[in-house]
Amino acid sequence: MQTTITTPSQRHSLWQRWGWLLWVLIIGIIYFWTINGLKFTGFQESASAVSKSILHGLVHPTWSYVYDGSGEDLVSLILQTLAIAFLGTIVSALISVPFAFWAARGPKEHYFLRSGSGKIVLTLIRTFPEIVLAIMFIKAVGPGSYAGVLAVSVHSVGMLGKLFGEAIENMDRGSEEAITSAGGRSSQVFALATIPTIMPEFLSYTLYRFEIAVRSASILGMVGAGGIGTPMIFAIQTRDWSKVGIILLGIVVMVLLIDSLSEQLRKRLI
Amino acid sequence: MSTPTIPRRSWTQRYHVKGIGWTVLLLVLLVASAQMTGVNVGMFFSNLGQFTNLLVRMSNPAWDYTAVIIQPLLETIQMAILGTTIGAAFAIPFAVLSASNLIHNRWLRGLTRLFLDLVRTLPDLLLAAIFVAIFGIGSTAGVITLAIFSFGMVSKLFYEVIETIDMGPLEALESVGATKITIIWYAVLPQILNQFVSYFLYTLEINVRASTVLGYLGAGGIGVFLQRSLNEFNYNQTAVIILATLVVVLVIDGVSNHLRRVLL
Repeated sequence: MQTTITTPSQRHSLWQRWGWLLWVLIIGIIYFWTINGLKFTGFQESASAVSKSILHGLVHPTWSYVYDGSGEDLVSLILQTLAIAFLGTIVSALISVPFAFWAARGPKEHYFLRSGSGKIVLTLIRTFPEIVLAIMFIKAVGPGSYAGVLAVSVHSVGMLGKLFGEAIENMDRGSEEAITSAGGRSSQVFALATIPTIMPEFLSYTLYRFEIAVRSASILGMVGAGGIGTPMIFAIQTRDWSKVGIILLGIVVMVLLIDSLSEQLRKRLI
Repeated sequence: MSTPTIPRRSWTQRYHVKGIGWTVLLLVLLVASAQMTGVNVGMFFSNLGQFTNLLVRMSNPAWDYTAVIIQPLLETIQMAILGTTIGAAFAIPFAVLSASNLIHNRWLRGLTRLFLDLVRTLPDLLLAAIFVAIFGIGSTAGVITLAIFSFGMVSKLFYEVIETIDMGPLEALESVGATKITIIWYAVLPQILNQFVSYFLYTLEINVRASTVLGYLGAGGIGVFLQRSLNEFNYNQTAVIILATLVVVLVIDGVSNHLRRVLL
């Protein structure tokens, strides 16, 4: 006996059948606009020669720059970069906690005025470019790594506050309820239930943000905010490619080490 | 009746050795970092006047400057779109090569992933500085910087997506003798396409943010004007640029978030 398999109706609406054409058209227009709008005239004839000398410099780094005891060598400046990232991240983690509680939506909250305004403020902080912050702080405290620390501290609040706030929104409220039902005051609930529950996630996000801060601390020096970026931009401007090579190598090794260290620590936390 | 045994705490637990150790380490690192970076809290507050002065000057934006920066803002978006597209296109083969469920050769996979890890260590502005030196000032350097930057990011996101696919359709095709290319086209691609597009849009969001500062080093877009206004101390123009950037970033984020929600 033959059974017929009923297939779902093949009749589609016009939109279902031809809707993809509209998307193709939109995407096509966007790319047409993009490629027509950009001017690729910036090519220099020296491009290939410069690339060759960069490659040569990367293969023959100035090893003598690694350590010469002057305090202006690679190791000292890498340590300074790490110090900027570390201090900035710790300070911003502390500032982020109140912001996070501001931006986190409570479990029984129906109006989102408080948390909504907090989220908007955090978005504004996040979008403010970090190097502009660095330049502003350089005006206040002069060029150097202090300005870098301040820039990292303020800029990181945007992301850490958001991550912390989401952690608070998604946290397990069981231990809070337990303390409340045993008659605990709200300060006790906070100290004995909220903080211990949320701490591992806060620490994990702080470590993650530290990884990002190491990258940004290594470029903040390009505008004069301390760390390895300053000699890097000088080396690029003076076409000292061997020095660029050794600094690049230093940054790559530093970032790889910090990333794997932080990843190990984060695995043990959660 | 046996007496209940109370779990005993070891010596290290009773005196919180671990916790105290971590706290001391943290404090030592903090003090060392503060000394190394020359942090001086007093100096910040004694110079607060200059800082507030800057904020005051930024707080009345020169609105007529808006007309000047629309074109470079559009250029910034164009740079981000093209850079992300090139980066994502190059990322696809590398993502396939580093996915453990498609490539069983551990050496090939390890080498590809090491290469991708190395690419990801380089900060965007650093790449921009180098490519400005190679290609000269202009948006070409910016596009290439963004392409490499998004290549590192997208390839990792993509291979993590590939590793989560359902292997059933692949095995079905393999058992009827399909070639590798056919398997990828008919079994892998339909499963990952939506997530790929979603991650592409996410990377585009990040690149729009990144591209607004690349011009600071001469890599085209709005950053060029940002640097000019800061160097000429026209902070009211800086304020307009930052506000305009904010609007663009929010609009792109909104569109991209909406599209991603439709896709997934």
